[in-house]
Amino acid sequence: MLRVEGVEKSFGDFKAVDGANLSVERGDIVAVIGPNGAGKTTLFNLITGQLKPDRGRIVFKDEEITGLPPYEICKKGIARSFQIVNIFHRLTVFENVQVAVLSHKGESKRLLEPARKMAVEETFELLRAVGLEDKAYEVAGTLSHGDQKVLEIAIALGNDPELLILDEPTAGMSPEETASTIELIKRLATERDLTILFCEHDMEIVFSIAKSIMVMHQGRTLIQASPEEVRNDPRVQEAYLGGEVCST
Amino acid sequence: MGGIKGRLALVGLVILLFLLPSVLPRFYTYIIALIFVTALLAMSLNITVGYGGMFQFHHGVFYGVSAYTVALIITKTKLPAWVAFCAGPVAAAIAGLLIGGFCVRLTQLYFGMLQISLGSLLWAIVFRWYSLTGGDDGIHGIPMPDILSSLKNAYYFILIVLIVCLYLLYRIVNSPFGRTLQAIRDNPGRCEAVGVNVRRHQLAAIVIATFFAGVAGVLFVVLEGSVFPDLLFWVLSLEVFIMCLLGGWFTFAGPIVGAAIIVSLRTFVGMYTEYWTLILGAILILLIFFLPEGVMGFLMEKFAPRLKAHVVEERSRAQG
Repeated sequence: MLRVEGVEKSFGDFKAVDGANLSVERGDIVAVIGPNGAGKTTLFNLITGQLKPDRGRIVFKDEEITGLPPYEICKKGIARSFQIVNIFHRLTVFENVQVAVLSHKGESKRLLEPARKMAVEETFELLRAVGLEDKAYEVAGTLSHGDQKVLEIAIALGNDPELLILDEPTAGMSPEETASTIELIKRLATERDLTILFCEHDMEIVFSIAKSIMVMHQGRTLIQASPEEVRNDPRVQEAYLGGEVCST
Repeated sequence: MGGIKGRLALVGLVILLFLLPSVLPRFYTYIIALIFVTALLAMSLNITVGYGGMFQFHHGVFYGVSAYTVALIITKTKLPAWVAFCAGPVAAAIAGLLIGGFCVRLTQLYFGMLQISLGSLLWAIVFRWYSLTGGDDGIHGIPMPDILSSLKNAYYFILIVLIVCLYLLYRIVNSPFGRTLQAIRDNPGRCEAVGVNVRRHQLAAIVIATFFAGVAGVLFVVLEGSVFPDLLFWVLSLEVFIMCLLGGWFTFAGPIVGAAIIVSLRTFVGMYTEYWTLILGAILILLIFFLPEGVMGFLMEKFAPRLKAHVVEERSRAQG
């Protein structure tokens, strides 16, 4: 469904991504792991158009999307959440998600109809799905960090994507919030027939839900394989200094 | 603006405004009409500043472009005045499209700087092109259709146009377009990621805002019967910007309050001293310290808990 081939991106002299390869099949849950600074977030930014690759190809559903602007990539069926909370702080929770739903339905440009009557059902359905229904009319900037991260996911779902990209969905969450978010992601994947690509520092989470894992090290793809193979790969163990991966 | 009480109050206010010219002296009728015109200008600016989060630093230019378009069509051609009245806002919107088209490529302060440059260019042309625009003298004694020639009728015309425009603006800021615009203000990057073409949306907002600034320009000519280059000068743009901040740029009616305060200050303090801007400066300093969300923002904070919550949050974010 998604193929990334030999993608490179430099910032000045620094090669943030230096030959990344990735393949995501429909219905998969794929994780990207790697030490800090391995280029995971940059790779996601390249896929969803926030950055343009210097070299390489990105193909989604047999269509090349390399270097397209984010709003066009989004319309092709890829939605994402961000590592650092990236929401509309002054709008309510409801409005946050509604903006995405309206955009998906191509209604963002309607000038004279009242927005409060539009896309209400769809928006509430999503809020129910992620468990933010009770907080629909709270201003997003006042939510707890954990709720804001969940709102991130809800906004991404507003575009009814086929491929959902989550950049560290549980970063900064308490253990309880993390557990419930993981449950949420698993449930969404099955209920909504989503293909999910995510990156995460917590190896326990990665190995518990990913069907396929891609390991990045210094901007390069080391390997993409099943969790079992990744766990036993000597290069991966070396990249992690023989630590984290073995112990889980 | 919800609730039956709110609606009744609004209707009452409108009726009151319609009765005013019959009881007020001429001078006050004129001042209130001037507040209406300025309020519409400030409201149109707030589409881009308050709702769009764009640094529209030279909004006065579009007001001036429209006023001059009206003046030139009436004085230099044989077309009826009503044609000129329609052409004004269209000319302003075209200017908005051209200038805005360049500006939306930049962000924040650079957007504002470029707009001041391009706007000042237009001002310089108007200021210097004596044969067409009358240069620094402007154009005076622009003949109006008979029906608008009395101040009372001009007042009614301005009031009616203002009400229609406010209604349209209210619909626009509460439409999906307006909501998406506010989302862009809060977070343009995220908006792109949910499939919104941010630059095009911003440009559309600028064109809408400049169109309404153009309507205000038409009303100015109706009221004053003259135009002068100051309409396009950056000082006026700054004043209008201050009206939005003063009244409350995150509220719908804020700019009206700001316009009323500033026009009144200029008129009534201006009677005693030509340094009325001193008073304005002092008020602004107080405003920044005590009412960072403007007068309306302050009132909403007092009376609408929903806004209160986010004001507190915004402040803590700004400090943190």
